[in-house]
Amino acid sequence: MTDSSETGSYPSSWKKAPFIKNSFVRWLIIVGGAIYLAAALGTMNIDLERVKEGLPRAQRFLDSFFPPNFSDNRGVLWEGIAESIWMAIISTVAGIALSIPVGLGAARNLAPAWVYLFCRGIIAASRTFPEIILAIFAVKLFGFGPFAGFVALSLGTIGFYAKLLAEDIENSSASQAEAVKATGANWFQWVNYSIQPQVMPRMIGLSIYRLDINFRESAVVGIVGGGGIGATLNTSFSRYEFDTAAAILIIIILIVMCMEYTSSFFRKWVQ
Amino acid sequence: MPASTNNGIETWRLRTSKEQWIRWVCWLIGIAVIMYAWQMISEKTVWFFVTDAPTQAADIGSRMVPPKWSYMNKLWKPVWDTINIATIGTIIAMAIAVPVAFATARNTTPNIVVRTIGLFIIVSSRSVNSLIWALILVFILGPGVLAGTIAIGLRSVGFCAKLIYESIEEIDHTQVEAIEATGASGPQKMIFGILPQVLPTIAGVGIYRWDINIRESTILGLVGAGGIGLQLNGSLNTLAWTQVSLILIVILVTVFISEWVSAKVRGAII
Repeated sequence: MTDSSETGSYPSSWKKAPFIKNSFVRWLIIVGGAIYLAAALGTMNIDLERVKEGLPRAQRFLDSFFPPNFSDNRGVLWEGIAESIWMAIISTVAGIALSIPVGLGAARNLAPAWVYLFCRGIIAASRTFPEIILAIFAVKLFGFGPFAGFVALSLGTIGFYAKLLAEDIENSSASQAEAVKATGANWFQWVNYSIQPQVMPRMIGLSIYRLDINFRESAVVGIVGGGGIGATLNTSFSRYEFDTAAAILIIIILIVMCMEYTSSFFRKWVQ
Repeated sequence: MPASTNNGIETWRLRTSKEQWIRWVCWLIGIAVIMYAWQMISEKTVWFFVTDAPTQAADIGSRMVPPKWSYMNKLWKPVWDTINIATIGTIIAMAIAVPVAFATARNTTPNIVVRTIGLFIIVSSRSVNSLIWALILVFILGPGVLAGTIAIGLRSVGFCAKLIYESIEEIDHTQVEAIEATGASGPQKMIFGILPQVLPTIAGVGIYRWDINIRESTILGLVGAGGIGLQLNGSLNTLAWTQVSLILIVILVTVFISEWVSAKVRGAII
């Protein structure tokens, strides 16, 4: 808060305090931001003619989305959805199974330094590349189909789940761990009885959240050949069957909505 | 306390019989679902390709080294585009997300209809991946950076609005009441009572999303929406593996830098 007068009388007006206190930094950010925006927009080369040309086309394009066609002429719609759901389930399970050792290794209070660095490296690599790039390579290696999508999503799960697991283990209470250690427990018993009960509720919640993410991602790995509903969506785009594409998008949104509600309900119930 | 009776002696145990049965049934169902899912996937898999994968991996790996460093000259512009897509996309997203968040939060929403619309916007934006948005927008706007930027923007609205509206719902009400006691109008209450409390969250969410968007904008080129993904797609299609490996390195470095910047800035704000 800044006083408008410092002459001893009471201040008669009030000004909102700025968000960034240091005025030099504030102006640096404003001016720098403006210069950057000008440069960025300048090189974006937005072709307004093309946009103008595209707008009536967009109108026709959006019109062809309606009404959505759920009739599923080629019998692939529900098959694609089922494939996506199975893919999401199995890749979440496999991803978590892989994440647990990595997560244990990436927790500083459990692992020696070299294991810690190695596991953190795995996590960083998995987090950096989007699932879709992993999927491209999985398709090159394992051929088209849901197996490639499964591999990509499982690898993607490691980066997310192992990181959060490691952070949760690092934040867990050390006194409980010490108490269990004092009973003469070996390493496995120690982890199982002191760390596991502390991190379990949050981890169950996160695994449901990840299932949700994997389903959403399974809708895109199909675009590069990873199977699932994404493949169906991509095909219907390429065949200009936009009404089917609209139906697929609506189904994806509905399933994600359902999953989100169930997962938040389930997480509350677990915790 | 759950106990089991064995020869008349009560022994402590962790769970009652009923709990044990419930757990057993849950495990049974879970494992059955997993086995079924695995069966469905493996039915559609050509196992020859899978067993062949290690040879393939070794082959591609050997073709990828050494990265073709000279190709870097052609990558500066795509990297710049990628960063712009993420940054301007995030700005667009925040411009939409803040009003949506205020319309959706329970304590600031005008009525239930607006709240439902807000929730619908949030969910539909979150459930459709940026790649799918880009696929649609490339049809409408033509291939290029603009389609990618708008795709990133639309995709991020849901994420940002969700986090912001949750933090609006968690604000301290006494401050708003204090502002109200001075005779402030509705908008004034929002600007002086609520906004200062959520401003750090808004800034933090924006920067967090920017970091995610850098990662997402690297792949938009796969469907023609500009950025470094375009080069990646081109190199993959022409089997120029040494270029692919260089592009992957560039993506790795860009993402690391953006993550570092985002962590620093968020650390400074919060």
